[in-house]
Amino acid sequence: MSIDIALLLGQDGVVNGAIYALLALALVLVFSVTRVIFIPQGEFVAYGGLTLAALQEGRGPGTFWLLCAVRVAVALADGIAALRAGSGRSLRWALAGDLGYLTLLAAVLYLAPFASWPAWVQIPLALALVVPLGPAVYRLAYQPLAGASILVLLIVSVAVHVALVSLGLLFFGAEGSQTRAFSDARLELGRVEVGAQALCVVLFSVALMAALHAFFERTSYGKALRASAMNRVGARLVGIPVGLSGRLSFALAALIGALSGILIAPITTLYYDTGFLMGLKGFVGAIIGGLASYPVAVGGALLVGLIEALASFWASAYKEVIVFALVVPVLVWRSLRTHHLEDDE
Amino acid sequence: MTRTRRAIAALAVALLAGAARGAEVNVGVTVSATGPAASIGIPSRKAIALLPTTIDGVKVNYIVLDDATDSTTAVKNVRKLTSENEVDALLGSNSTPASLAMVDVAAETETPLISLAAGSRIIEPMDEKRRWVFKTPQNDQLMATAIAQHMVDRGVKKAAFIGFADAYGDGWLTAFSKAAERRNLKIVARERYNRLDTSVTGQVLKILSAKPDAVLVGASGTPAVLPQKTLVERGYKGAVYQTHGVANPDFLRVGGKGVEGAFLPTGPVVVANQLPDDHPSKKAALEFVRRYEVANGPGTASSFGAHAWDAGLLLKAAVPVALEQARPGTRQFRIALRRALEHVHDLRGAHGVFNMTSTDHGGLDLRARVMVQIRNGTWQLIP
Repeated sequence: MSIDIALLLGQDGVVNGAIYALLALALVLVFSVTRVIFIPQGEFVAYGGLTLAALQEGRGPGTFWLLCAVRVAVALADGIAALRAGSGRSLRWALAGDLGYLTLLAAVLYLAPFASWPAWVQIPLALALVVPLGPAVYRLAYQPLAGASILVLLIVSVAVHVALVSLGLLFFGAEGSQTRAFSDARLELGRVEVGAQALCVVLFSVALMAALHAFFERTSYGKALRASAMNRVGARLVGIPVGLSGRLSFALAALIGALSGILIAPITTLYYDTGFLMGLKGFVGAIIGGLASYPVAVGGALLVGLIEALASFWASAYKEVIVFALVVPVLVWRSLRTHHLEDDE
Repeated sequence: MTRTRRAIAALAVALLAGAARGAEVNVGVTVSATGPAASIGIPSRKAIALLPTTIDGVKVNYIVLDDATDSTTAVKNVRKLTSENEVDALLGSNSTPASLAMVDVAAETETPLISLAAGSRIIEPMDEKRRWVFKTPQNDQLMATAIAQHMVDRGVKKAAFIGFADAYGDGWLTAFSKAAERRNLKIVARERYNRLDTSVTGQVLKILSAKPDAVLVGASGTPAVLPQKTLVERGYKGAVYQTHGVANPDFLRVGGKGVEGAFLPTGPVVVANQLPDDHPSKKAALEFVRRYEVANGPGTASSFGAHAWDAGLLLKAAVPVALEQARPGTRQFRIALRRALEHVHDLRGAHGVFNMTSTDHGGLDLRARVMVQIRNGTWQLIP
């Protein structure tokens, strides 16, 4: 293996690793706040990328109808809850907000020539379609079971994953899609040629991580999420609603997922079922960080990306085996270092 | 009240008449409309919707089930179709593993099965069980020899292979290795990747370091785009070959400029318009394309749907023969249908000319393949 090949493989590994790192962050975030192992994290990658691809091809993406359906279901669930509690006032505002949001999106999708818009307008539009699915999924699938054991929440995750993948096939079809590249330029960095798109992925990922850091350190919502993650009961006692922290963490996870999908859609082909494997690789990274440490999860995810790149060069037929076998030594090491705690309350 | 009675009476008469003549032929279909082979299964299902609903004056019902590209589900579907629906013939499935799993059920229930998968193991070697099994797609071997021959004709000495790490890639690597060996063509790299991989840089670098004159991508559908695009990005200048598994419009849509210039062997239906007028498949191919595109929109016809269409043509040829000998719904009818399928002779399908024999249940010959090249985002027939 010459130095050139090593550099190219390293570059490939870092680009993929950056995406896995984002997914690992989202998984750690969701798990620490809600104890949900968010298997459907990868679906948001596919939904984000494929929604953008559908917009660029001038098709109204099916995710809009899914959004309508889940918002109606959320409104019904909230309505029943509010009737039971006898408070209808705030609900009316929420309903009006929902209706306005969906009408606005519908107007854009049916009246505007969105296919010819530049990418920097299409991307927010795609995000506006996909990200609200996150909190809605939390409200419908997880919030009614917020007190259940980790195992029950995991089983719900499997169900949500299967449902979202099936809907993805319905909306986007079995064949894959690519989106237009932000830029086709290639840059010379030392002795390696780097695609501008690959550089975009890494830079955006770093920027997103920095933004998340700032969010957790500086804003009150971020602090509320950290408080919920550290001590759920204590956070409730000081007045942080469980539902709010859950919805917020899911919104962030959906945002991270959708952005990851949009970032890699120009350099690879995305399919309706791409997300699961990517999410799983992010999960391996998150496991290395014990589903608790953000920096270690990022490092672990980068390691997964690099090992994957090397494995695809040396033994491409066994690539996935090698990547997922990484979990075994990590688990052994972790189980030797930490003493086991029964984590179910 | 009287009207209801009259309706019941009419229904009873119809049922009696139906029972007496055994008026309806039931065809059980299992396709992979979801799961990894969905890109092949969906066009199949759409083509089955266009198959004849009466053959020789007898009504034909198609009962279509989805097996989610899962062998176990395919077997479950076939069991259900044979026991509950008492079908006279089976069609499907789209993947070789699922079709292989269905062979046992077809033989056990003595129901003729027409598979829509390409693997030659489905019908070879001929034995007691496979007597009941036929298939419409071309053998990989037929296509692989076309590629190897084309490479040799263009002066290629060293070839590389990158394909799916699954049954499809395995089948192609075996078929291509055999064809290449016979022509003194050296395979200098054998790489694998997965359908959902987001990057194949590692594999492509390995291939480039072996300096092949041509690269064969052993993959199907849009996932076959990524290796070729990566090869081009990394500055590869040699010829790239694809398999007939990519011959659908989505491959061109996703591939765009990245797949320009690729060579592939395919069934004549893909270039139906460009076939010379004396080509035996031209008429059937054009008919399929017309019917499919009327139902599903212009530019939607693909080679995958045409395999199901050809299965319909086989039934159309064989059912009348079987009807003369027995009543649908009986064991005798299924036996007669199997025998009739085995004697299909000179049937001009959209993918080639079928000549079944008791040892060859595929029945296609060299007329079932043409070489095409991707030029300006379209398939171009090359002589």
